Amino acid sequence: MNIMMNRIKWVVGASALTLASGAGAAGTGVQAEPDWTLPIHDNQVFGQVLFDRMEYQRDGDNELALWDAQAWIGKDRNRLWVETEGETDLSSDSGDIENFDVQYSYRFDRFWDIQTGLGAQTTFGPSPNKERYSAIVGLQGLAPYWFEVDTNLRVTDDGDVSYDLEAEYDWLLTQRLILQGRGETLVAFSDVEEWGVGSGINNVGLGLRLRYHFSREFAPYVGVSYTRFLGNTEDLREREGEDVESSSFVAGVRWWF
Amino acid sequence: MSDRHFYAGMSRRRLIQGAATMGLLAGFDSLLPAYARGQLDNTNAFHTVRNGADIYDLTVARTPLKIGGTVSEQPITINGTLPAPLVRLKQGREAILRVTNTLPEATSIHWHGLILPYQMDGVPGVSFPGIMPGETFEYRFPVEQHGTYWYHSHSGLQEQLGHYGPIIIDPAEPEPVSYDREYIVVLSDWTFDSPADVFRNLKVFEGYYNYNQRTVGDFFKDVETMGWDAAWSKAGMWGRMRMSPRDILDVTASEYTYLMNGSPSASNWTGLFRPGEKIRLRFINASAMTYFDVRVPGLPMTVISADGQPVQPVETDEFRIGVAETYDVIVQPTDTAHTVFAQSQDRSGYVRGTLATRKGMEAPVPPMYPRTERGMAAMGMGAMSMGAMGKDGDMNMDSGMDMGGKMEMMSGSNDKAHGQMMMNGADSGMNKMSSDKATMNEVPTAGRPISHGPDNHGPGAAMVASSPQSRLDDPGVGFETANHRVLTYSQLQSIEGWPDKRPAEREVELHLTGNMERYMWSFDGKKFSEVDGPVKFYHGERLRLILVNDSMMDHPIHLHGMWMELETGAGEYRPRKHTISVKPGERVSALITADAPGDWAFHCHLLYHMDAGMFRVVSVV
Repeated sequence: MNIMMNRIKWVVGASALTLASGAGAAGTGVQAEPDWTLPIHDNQVFGQVLFDRMEYQRDGDNELALWDAQAWIGKDRNRLWVETEGETDLSSDSGDIENFDVQYSYRFDRFWDIQTGLGAQTTFGPSPNKERYSAIVGLQGLAPYWFEVDTNLRVTDDGDVSYDLEAEYDWLLTQRLILQGRGETLVAFSDVEEWGVGSGINNVGLGLRLRYHFSREFAPYVGVSYTRFLGNTEDLREREGEDVESSSFVAGVRWWF
Repeated sequence: MSDRHFYAGMSRRRLIQGAATMGLLAGFDSLLPAYARGQLDNTNAFHTVRNGADIYDLTVARTPLKIGGTVSEQPITINGTLPAPLVRLKQGREAILRVTNTLPEATSIHWHGLILPYQMDGVPGVSFPGIMPGETFEYRFPVEQHGTYWYHSHSGLQEQLGHYGPIIIDPAEPEPVSYDREYIVVLSDWTFDSPADVFRNLKVFEGYYNYNQRTVGDFFKDVETMGWDAAWSKAGMWGRMRMSPRDILDVTASEYTYLMNGSPSASNWTGLFRPGEKIRLRFINASAMTYFDVRVPGLPMTVISADGQPVQPVETDEFRIGVAETYDVIVQPTDTAHTVFAQSQDRSGYVRGTLATRKGMEAPVPPMYPRTERGMAAMGMGAMSMGAMGKDGDMNMDSGMDMGGKMEMMSGSNDKAHGQMMMNGADSGMNKMSSDKATMNEVPTAGRPISHGPDNHGPGAAMVASSPQSRLDDPGVGFETANHRVLTYSQLQSIEGWPDKRPAEREVELHLTGNMERYMWSFDGKKFSEVDGPVKFYHGERLRLILVNDSMMDHPIHLHGMWMELETGAGEYRPRKHTISVKPGERVSALITADAPGDWAFHCHLLYHMDAGMFRVVSVV
């Protein structure tokens, strides 16, 4: 009888908790009495802030500071994800925030999140500045062979569509000394001269960074970075008198907390 | 205190006082329980016997202690010691255990391995609400069994902080084993960081504590030993799966200080003996996360019980003890000092103690075994070693692999790969299997096809075992090339068999699943918070519990309240256990008599796996 009662109390308790924990919770396991604590707490909120690259780049006399950071907060499968990347020219104090994306991220596969949200792109500095916004849908995760991949499809408020892909791979030279290979590219589906974007493949970037982990969290690095603009974008840049190729020495830190 | 005092048979109480004084003089690290100094009887201030009941008063408190020379504010002690004091009970008597909580948070004690009414089992949220700050909870139950057990907190991550201690239950009838002296050896893992931080690190950074990951150098070592093709396919196979063959333990010696009866290696826990004596060592793995490989170099050990239950004596040189398991062994020293050596399963660290005729003696401490990595058996693709694969440089792994990382090598069109691999296995890994054909034949689940449900357990499972094997006669990862005796489950045989002779009427199958990348751990891909209700056992039924390990780690699976009779192929002499360690890619089965009405916890006893969701309630209705 007693057990029967417990069963009933469970169902009630479980239902109440399902409601309390919000829609989407499939269940709460089991808990003998509604006012008892749960035996384990496997649905906690965690978060992380990662500065993947906070770096100084030098190509001849050009000096740049660059950032590439992301932060997330949430549970195992549902997260709020913020990513930003940008650079500033140290001689002119002008630069751009290439993206500042706020996305909802859902783990739909064992190694992949689907992400969707809104992004902003702006320039800053002494010259007249501009900004544009886009809707994003993308994938982020771990591809076979341990490639960290982040890829997005963007539609701007002007209706311009582009696709970007970033991949990183770590070679462990020792447990603390890691050589990271990095590749990125951007494909645009229309010309957006105002933003220096030509249709087709815009650019290919490659980097090699050698970092040393003083801890899991903190790792300074040095490396090289190469960027080549291509196709219509290359032509556009040539017309504007800008470089279509750059090779840089880089130094920075990778840091998370 | 001199040897003369010790040998002259001074009174127990004098002995304790002497030992305590000596402890202080020697600058003992932490405040140790009496059994750590060799005092195993139950005459102490917090124990009384009244009306045929053993009554213990246990107070849970936070007590700053010095561990390995470093003071920590965070130990959770019982009656002031780490580990907690010995609770020594007597089979046939009643146990009355009064637990007072002086912590600012709720606590609990679970009596691990004891058969008792579910309300006394001590799991907050399942058996009772927990013991609130300032409260005293009285546990009261008849003691039905005897043997070596232990107790620990089942609240949050308290167990990591020292909230664990040994239980000895003396048998009503004398045991058919003879020994002159006994010691408890509680093995545990200590961290100076907050357990919540440890958990968070595991959650946000895969492999946070693993400083033995594969490097570029390891790849070239493989090239040297196996040739380019095989090294390349091996790297490719693990890479496609996005699995690390080096993930042996999630939390390693990079974080932990390993303790033996509360003492790190430097403090050298010592058990004294007189030459010629036989010593019973009661090993308890009270770690949060650490499997230990235990040996007394130079001495054979005779295993006489496992998980508190007597087994037919079996002599061995080494045994692996999963988290929450216990083994009783008998050793007979041949020298004046012997090291008791317990290295972590991943060989990242160890703790040693000494059996000696005098305090202060030491024996050589052996080097740790070389680091190791998991082979293909871990993927659930049969009992093959990587060595076997190495010899077969032309094995085309690509044809058998699903690019999505699912392990479906053995199914359907991949039969060719299957046959080829089994053949290779016959050269090496299979030898072990053939040495015990009976086991292969009698394990009832052997050779059955496997199903992982329509979606292979979803995102909660980074892999599934396509062809799980019985690995009960496999001592486990790191012992592939051992040329000494290492205990296996298949060697454990009960003495008389168990009362319920019925065959199983029903089967319950659960898969052990995980995704290291997000540190999600579960059964059948679903965390505790994702399931709708309990696993149901029907009161009085005889059932077979089948566990399939779809993950790349060993999991010590603990069922509260009922014994699991492990089907090893020993027929009615199958051993019974409270905690079964399941190897990667392994399928094991156990017979259970559902004779304990109520709600029971069922979980992986790796603390952070449990807290990540590898937990279910079993409801006997």
